[in-house]
Amino acid sequence: MTDSPKPYAPRDWGAHPPVIHPDYKSTRLRGATKPLIPLKQTLSELTGPVFGHDCLGVLDNDLTRNGRRDGDPPGEPLGERIVVSGKVVDERGRPQPDMLVEVWQANAAGRYVHKVDQHNAPLDPNFFGGGRCVTDAEGVYRFTTIKPGAYPWGNHPNAWRPNHIHFSLFGPSIATRLVTQMYFPGDPLLDLDPIFLGTPEKARDRLVAAFDLTLTEPEFALGYRFDVVLRGAQETPMETGR
Amino acid sequence: MKKGQTPSQTVGPYFAYGLTPEQYGYPSLTSIASADLRTPDVEGQRIRIEGRVFDGNGAAVNDAMIEIWQADPEGRYAHPADARGGNIAFKGFGRCGTGTDPEHRFIFDSVKPGAVDAAQAPHVNVIVFMRGLLSHLYTRLYFADEAEANAKDPVLQSVPAERRDTLIAQHEEAGGVAVYRFDIHMQGARETVFFDV
Repeated sequence: MTDSPKPYAPRDWGAHPPVIHPDYKSTRLRGATKPLIPLKQTLSELTGPVFGHDCLGVLDNDLTRNGRRDGDPPGEPLGERIVVSGKVVDERGRPQPDMLVEVWQANAAGRYVHKVDQHNAPLDPNFFGGGRCVTDAEGVYRFTTIKPGAYPWGNHPNAWRPNHIHFSLFGPSIATRLVTQMYFPGDPLLDLDPIFLGTPEKARDRLVAAFDLTLTEPEFALGYRFDVVLRGAQETPMETGR
Repeated sequence: MKKGQTPSQTVGPYFAYGLTPEQYGYPSLTSIASADLRTPDVEGQRIRIEGRVFDGNGAAVNDAMIEIWQADPEGRYAHPADARGGNIAFKGFGRCGTGTDPEHRFIFDSVKPGAVDAAQAPHVNVIVFMRGLLSHLYTRLYFADEAEANAKDPVLQSVPAERRDTLIAQHEEAGGVAVYRFDIHMQGARETVFFDV
């Protein structure tokens, strides 16, 4: 092997949800049942796809504008405009610059553009709900969107998903890959949601954004802060037997 | 700043327009990656990787997303940590949802990877996401026609012998293209081996 980078600390299974969480019914047939087999990281795991600023379209980081109808003036999506921003760091606190952040979400009425979403809340002709941005030199990302609505789902009678925005990040390697969901502070549906509650209790608050007045844009949008912590290099590279 | 790794959450059923918009026909966003890893200038043996994801009832999952990451035909990764420098005509990353094929297959067009180092057999790193999976899972695809290299591969040999077959993609020729079939079984007697990477 060539000059090898340091291995990553293990995924913290005290923070990540188990693959089978029976209250979230779909996990019962879709989660693996056998224990994961430990893998000593090689160059295959210490590398991953590199996406930078060149993969961004001009409106990718503005979901209030990237799906609106053309016209003079152009259409405007309905709902509460928000700015979402945060810092991407590794678990040792080091900022992660130039990292792709992909996001997707429901509209203000709780309806996704996705063709299989049959919830009878209205689609918004001026809102698409997908976008992306890349962190700056300090690891900070930022996008503008509409606050997503809650929506019902079929997990159990009268089940509702809390307001949330889906996030996808790569980090520097496939070992740091993360797909997660950002929730909103004070949402009463959080305590009823088997997806959120599938997360170990000590780590649940890491999924909840904070209202942040400094991120608001006066006369335009409220601000929420959502920081993301990815796996970092292992403290003692030769440690084995985890 | 909150301490500790941000927990994973499921990709959910509606990832397609955000993560694979072009594959699913959503024109408002471009795709950062596709299921075709090749470029016109790529050299090496062209291969197709296809398979399905099966749940515990043996039903093919139609809302999974598969990502693959692989070395180029010389065994190099297109990443700064690979000091050898990757092939600029081959990025090595592909992404495919299982919701557009009538049989719910993922189908990747790629080139066969070379061995990354002296110990490991040629392989493709596979990441599995789907509705109903709260944390993504990692597996590896090995090639059935690399039996000699597979027999020496330390990762494959770390897997109990009776489960190794779940990581071996079966080789067939279809219209002059080498097709490697790699089905992923989430549960059951043929449950795929997943790794704690």
